[in-house]
Amino acid sequence: MKMSYAQAIRSGFQYLLQKYPNVFVMGQGLWSPWYVGNSMNDLEVEFGKDRVMDTPVSEAACTGAGVGASLCGYRPIVVHPRMDFMVLAMDQIVNQAAKWSHMLGGESHPAVTVRGVINRGGEQGAQHSQALHAWFAHIPGLRVVMPATVKDARDLLISATLCDDPVVYIDDRWLYELEDDLPEIEEKKLSNQVPEILRSGKDVTLAGAGHSVQLCLEASQDLSEAGVECEVVDLRILNPLNVSPVVTSANKTGSLCVVDGGWETCGMAGEVIASVAEQMEPGSRNIRFKRITLANAPAPSSKVLEDIYYPTREKIVDAIRNWKN
Amino acid sequence: MVKASELGILADPSKFTEPLELGGRPKDVLISLLEMMLVIRKVEECIADLILEKKVNCPCHLAIGQEAVAVGVSDNLTAEDKIFGGHRSHSHFLALGGSVSGLLAEVLGRSTGCSGGMGGSMHLFQPEKGFVGSAPIVGGTVPVAVGAGLACQKDGKGNIAVCYFGDGTVEEGMVQESFNFASRFKLPVLFVCENNFYSSHLDIHLRQPSDRISRFAEANHISSQIVDGNDVVKTALATRELVESIRGGNGPGFLEAVTYRWRGHVGPDENIDVGLRRKKEDLLAWKKRDPIRRLKDGMLQANMITNSDYCSVEDSVEQKINDSLEESLAAPFPEESFLLSAVYKSEKDLS
Ligand SMILES: Cc1ncc(C[n+]2csc(CCOP(=O)(O)OP(=O)(O)O)c2C)c(N)n1
Repeated sequence: MKMSYAQAIRSGFQYLLQKYPNVFVMGQGLWSPWYVGNSMNDLEVEFGKDRVMDTPVSEAACTGAGVGASLCGYRPIVVHPRMDFMVLAMDQIVNQAAKWSHMLGGESHPAVTVRGVINRGGEQGAQHSQALHAWFAHIPGLRVVMPATVKDARDLLISATLCDDPVVYIDDRWLYELEDDLPEIEEKKLSNQVPEILRSGKDVTLAGAGHSVQLCLEASQDLSEAGVECEVVDLRILNPLNVSPVVTSANKTGSLCVVDGGWETCGMAGEVIASVAEQMEPGSRNIRFKRITLANAPAPSSKVLEDIYYPTREKIVDAIRNWKN
Repeated sequence: MVKASELGILADPSKFTEPLELGGRPKDVLISLLEMMLVIRKVEECIADLILEKKVNCPCHLAIGQEAVAVGVSDNLTAEDKIFGGHRSHSHFLALGGSVSGLLAEVLGRSTGCSGGMGGSMHLFQPEKGFVGSAPIVGGTVPVAVGAGLACQKDGKGNIAVCYFGDGTVEEGMVQESFNFASRFKLPVLFVCENNFYSSHLDIHLRQPSDRISRFAEANHISSQIVDGNDVVKTALATRELVESIRGGNGPGFLEAVTYRWRGHVGPDENIDVGLRRKKEDLLAWKKRDPIRRLKDGMLQANMITNSDYCSVEDSVEQKINDSLEESLAAPFPEESFLLSAVYKSEKDLS
């Protein structure tokens, strides 16, 4: 059955709320028809407003409440309709949830899932555009997942919620219209999930997470027409980061380009490249590396600047073509 | 189940629809208050049209219906004061005499915009009028305004900081911290809460145990006033009392102005369906509490102006807006190099 990425997120919530009485959801805008696109429409009608709670404008309290309830037998999913707002909950995510297990001797685990939505473009400006996945991936104790496909939009939400550790689940409004066939749900342990090769090719390895993966797939089509065959690796999980499929692929192609909708400095792309470089067998072939990231600036509002700000399919195609010539 | 209002009749839209009592304010002052409210209303209506025409694409939160708050408050401020806004700040900016073409060019993403086209509707800036900046993270500018108040206190010149925010904003922890902080250090800060009963789609009874926001001022020993925020004369008067005390070194003040927005949370629509309990009848009732119509009727009743005087004010405001719009539509978009050169001051020094 064909489903959109947004509907797939909704079906993940539906599955969890139906099957697990200890799952509940809270966040801003959950009773609104537009706050999180159509990714949670009418869940409060289906499951009741006590299990799908729309909250005051209190990101820190809401996230902390999720952490606390998770320590007492529940599996809350806290929703931040925009990642920029999630910054106000940083203490609860970074100082509390991420540290809890370790600092209290490894016996207690906040099984909370924090969903942050990347919502960019549309001249929304600097405080309504950020993709801060690399920040969270920096923190030991957090698991960070970034679904790039319709299937993962649903399945990683389920794996995240059923995981006993705190998980940051990051989806992207630019993917909501993406459509695909969805198989039956199979519950999978988050810790067993690995990166996936979404397209094979012999010339260049393209790696990314979330929306960047779709850009890589689109660019690969154009490049294929120009005679360059790309292999596309969907990282899926940024923490703990597993780059071995990227190492294998880069060994084959000799060129690795990482695409990221975040910033370059201390960012995801640099981390992937460093890890791959480190893990290369001694004596293996020389790899060329490249990263395509955001311009080193906050998001501008004016459309003309927005157009040059974000990584695009064309930017990837141009970069790879110039690189290969 | 709607809880009883602790604001009482101030929250009842069927009240306060009569022509305004003019409080003995002179004619020229009242005319300028009226004119400023008209500027705000008509600029925002113009922006609403530009959104529908798809010429403006950034998110715009309109304050149509709330004009009297900013105009009444600004009546007591000078260009040396430090004023901050949030996501819904066109009125705060314009009421200080902020440039109409600067605002229109900004929402159109042009380089002549008040923030150079980098911010759009939610990021306004005109320090020479006292408007230090607005930014849309809810509550984010409240601590910043408190810091500006600290600077004013250190300067010792009697200037104050002002921060506008909504009833939803007090739900953020940093805002509560700011109230306490400002009170503890007796900072010259005027907190202005525009209580329009909504935070996007949720009405206040779905978010808080009381609709009376000034309870937080009381909890922090900040002197407060609650006014009909659709009465520009009373709003100006209440602000004057608070501001005199703040300038006199008595610590922060808190104005709760009860009002209502006529359009939706964001964009030009009335959004009757989006608010979970925002009803057409409520909106219609609140439109009868129109701050502009009430002042106009008060002035007509007092024989201060005639209908044709009113029309000529309206005409001149419209003319000014049309000229500004034409100018803004002809303005260039920002240079590509601005994307990087505006990030740090030192980059600017180089270029
Ligand atoms: C930290 C943060 N959380 C959530 C939002 C989304 N948001 C924008 S405006 C708004 C409502 C604020 O309501 P209020 O303070 O009453 O102001 P009003 O819109 O009524 O003028 C919300 C929740 C945001 N911009 N920032």
